[in-house]
Amino acid sequence: MGLKKHNGKRPSVLAIHLILISWSLVVLFPLWTMLVNSIKPKREIFRHPFGIPDEITFEGYRHAWTGANFDIYFRNSIFVTVVSLLLILVLGSLAAYAMANWRSRTSNLVYLFFIAGLMVPIRLGTINIFQMIIAMGLAGSIFSLIPIYVAMGLPIATFVLTTFIRELPHEIFDAARVDGASEWRIYWTIILPLVRPALATVAIFDLIPIWNDIWFPLIFNLADNHRTVAIGVSLLFGQYQTNWTRVLSALSLSAVPILILYLLMSKQFIKGLTAGAVKG
Amino acid sequence: MSHSAAPHHKTSGLGSEAARRLRVWVLFLIPALLIYAVFMAFPLFNSMRLSFYTGQGLTPDHFVGLENYRELFTNPIWRDPFTNAFKNTCIFHLIHMAVQNTLGLLFATLLATPFRGRNIYRTIIFTPATLSVLVTGFLWTLILNPRWGMLNQMLEAVGLGAWAKPWLGDPDLALIVIALVSSWQWVGLPTMMFLAGLMTIPDELIEAARVDGASAWRIFWQIKLPLLKPVIGIVWILTFVGNFNAFDVVFAMAGTRGEPGYAADLLATFFYRTAIAGEHPVARPDMGIGAAVATCTFLTLLAGVSVWLILSRRRNGQT
Repeated sequence: MGLKKHNGKRPSVLAIHLILISWSLVVLFPLWTMLVNSIKPKREIFRHPFGIPDEITFEGYRHAWTGANFDIYFRNSIFVTVVSLLLILVLGSLAAYAMANWRSRTSNLVYLFFIAGLMVPIRLGTINIFQMIIAMGLAGSIFSLIPIYVAMGLPIATFVLTTFIRELPHEIFDAARVDGASEWRIYWTIILPLVRPALATVAIFDLIPIWNDIWFPLIFNLADNHRTVAIGVSLLFGQYQTNWTRVLSALSLSAVPILILYLLMSKQFIKGLTAGAVKG
Repeated sequence: MSHSAAPHHKTSGLGSEAARRLRVWVLFLIPALLIYAVFMAFPLFNSMRLSFYTGQGLTPDHFVGLENYRELFTNPIWRDPFTNAFKNTCIFHLIHMAVQNTLGLLFATLLATPFRGRNIYRTIIFTPATLSVLVTGFLWTLILNPRWGMLNQMLEAVGLGAWAKPWLGDPDLALIVIALVSSWQWVGLPTMMFLAGLMTIPDELIEAARVDGASAWRIFWQIKLPLLKPVIGIVWILTFVGNFNAFDVVFAMAGTRGEPGYAADLLATFFYRTAIAGEHPVARPDMGIGAAVATCTFLTLLAGVSVWLILSRRRNGQT
């Protein structure tokens, strides 16, 4: 508001800072509470819940990691997330490349079919998905989650990638085609490297809901050594609701990997998570 | 095949070439299409079809027409929790619109003015959106705990002990508090969308208005807000779809029954109980009724999306 003109508008910048600092405190206070208390002994949490710890303990983390199987849960979550994301990116970019090049009524219909999924939550089909997973003999297994997450991630992937590939200069592919390169080769050596920024957007957009999903692990009632971090946290929370050190350690454990990733590349995260929405 | 006018491929007698390319496109499309159709589109329609069937166990196989819907709308065992969950979901949505999206618009307006340090605020405001809903839900449950929660301790420390409340134990407060926690988590999304929208407004427009003597307040209401209409529409429809599917935050803070006494029950938690866990007093999952609940949710979303499409089309027609 007129920063450059010194016409008495200075206080408004102060007001902006005041409002944003207040909200920042509202955001940071719970996170601080979670992180700082996860390394305090139980007694100290009650004596002064907000201060820096006098005595540091990693009992909570140790318990979550070995006692509560979080090592297995982490391996499972990473496995499901990485495999699902890879499949989404490969299948999504292949389909997007086809739809960006094949201009016809059929391809438009397929495109519309995909992006309709942006507005319809996959959870509404839960009953039939559950039946299919049981019929396929995948109930309770970590593998039951992968096809669901891939299907769930494909609408945004095809949407973002098709838009992106359509905006690429056509001369690039045409030149390669004239040189006799196969479409597969063009996709692999030209398209994939070019769409990397869009792939990052899609990966981030799909990463959060997959990593954090609780609905399908809950419905599919995963066997103990097939559980993900999210469902592990909910089990632990029910079990140790009064042992704050343990509960807060488990919460921190599940939140910190994504938090670090976010702080390292917050620009891409914000862009990725907002992308689908703004373009639509 | 040596000419460079690629766009004329199809019309220049290269029939076999076009057919070969078509085959490639279909091959490229099939894997994604197959997974998406089998695991998302087909189950959605099939789940709706199941709402016309009844039967014990996993697969309702007895066709009953609209009987499940009649049960859901008239039998008090289903009707009362269903209307309660629907009403609560509407309140949940209204709180998000009033708090989350209004705050988002406010933060975006503030962040759209150039000043040092706004990237830090942007990062902080968006942080909770990267957390698991479960983690935020559990964390706030601990903070709001009436006996040893930090919020009440803090209120007492600053002499506001009288304000201390069993935040999640009071049926009049639980739903509101949960909606506020959810708004706390997601406010970064509308903030960023509004911010992106505000960035597209040409500076000259604002500058001209300022030269004409318009106040910042008037510029906001008469120039920025009308130009933001498309973004407002997108923010609304995304909030709407998200809210009518919200499950995790209630699951974390009030359990699958939306405690206390179903005060925080939403459509998704009700659906979970009817279709998967078993609803009191029936205590057995009823897939047919559950499918009817999911179909009602789907129709509500469809109505919302239609309203949004009609409004944005009308707007495009005018300009």
